[in-house]
Amino acid sequence: MKKEAFELVVFTIQQEADDLGYANLKAVSADTLLFGGDDGIDSLSLVRIVAAIERAAEERFGRQVVLADDKAMSMRNSPFRTVGTLTELLSERLGGGHG
Amino acid sequence: MADVVLITGTRKGIGRYLVDHFLSKGCLVAGCSREQFEEPLPAGYHHYIADVADEAAVVDMVRDVRKRIGPVSVLINNAGIASMNHVLLTPLATVQRIFSTNVFGTFLAMREVAKVMMPASYGRIVNFATVATPLNLEGESGYAASKAAVESFTRVAARELAPFNITVNAVGPTPVMTDLIRSVPKSKMDALIGTQAIKRMGEHRDIANVIDFFVSRDSDFITGQTIFLGGIS
Repeated sequence: MKKEAFELVVFTIQQEADDLGYANLKAVSADTLLFGGDDGIDSLSLVRIVAAIERAAEERFGRQVVLADDKAMSMRNSPFRTVGTLTELLSERLGGGHG
Repeated sequence: MADVVLITGTRKGIGRYLVDHFLSKGCLVAGCSREQFEEPLPAGYHHYIADVADEAAVVDMVRDVRKRIGPVSVLINNAGIASMNHVLLTPLATVQRIFSTNVFGTFLAMREVAKVMMPASYGRIVNFATVATPLNLEGESGYAASKAAVESFTRVAARELAPFNITVNAVGPTPVMTDLIRSVPKSKMDALIGTQAIKRMGEHRDIANVIDFFVSRDSDFITGQTIFLGGIS
């Protein structure tokens, strides 16, 4: 599940990269920084990416996945920080019976 | 391309009127209510039995509309309930019920529909406010407060959704002869209409007229606004 989640996250981010205007998101790895710090993307771009991943996950796995819930928003280490942490979150939500 | 219009609370009153209104303009129309719609359904209309305050039901409905008809481009958050009572005599359950439908229902439909509008980079959302809020109508505390919340949601969502070319506005009707006000005494209704700049009962077409303005493709610079009818401000 984690490999599929990673592929979906990477594919979706790369698809959105052009629209968002972040050239560094055209080729990403697990360590690619998303949100936070000076080099991260803006909050609106994060909203777009999270919504696109939720949509893609629903199409791919046939069920609704909610990434941005209270639990995710209040974690000490933001799950939206890198491609890797976002994959962890998606994988957990897909495996954990949420949504 | 024809607009895909989703209207909540379509079984009767203004919602029912709006179904015919949008069908007559050639739109693809879906709607919902908690109970069965009249049979036979108007041609081209899809009905869902759903409570707008039920998150899973709203999610399923918006998803199903997208699959069957297409992504919603116009959302009319019409579903609403009212209850007249003095604040001292109002049960908590009544206020909770009003907020569930009017505030949480509006929020849920807005959130789910905005998700499908976002990839299209286009959307029109119209919420329902009421003149009971600016008039601070006695006996309407729960209802007026719930619609004040809708106005606030409208203004903030307008800003948050503007980057996706989704506009969010609200129409604030005066009394219109629907089930919501059938139990209000005539003397009270006359006094209320007397506070309007234009002293007559509202009609369905008055509301449809403001909605037409908000959902027009040309209204892409109009968002976060609440328009009250009858000259109330």
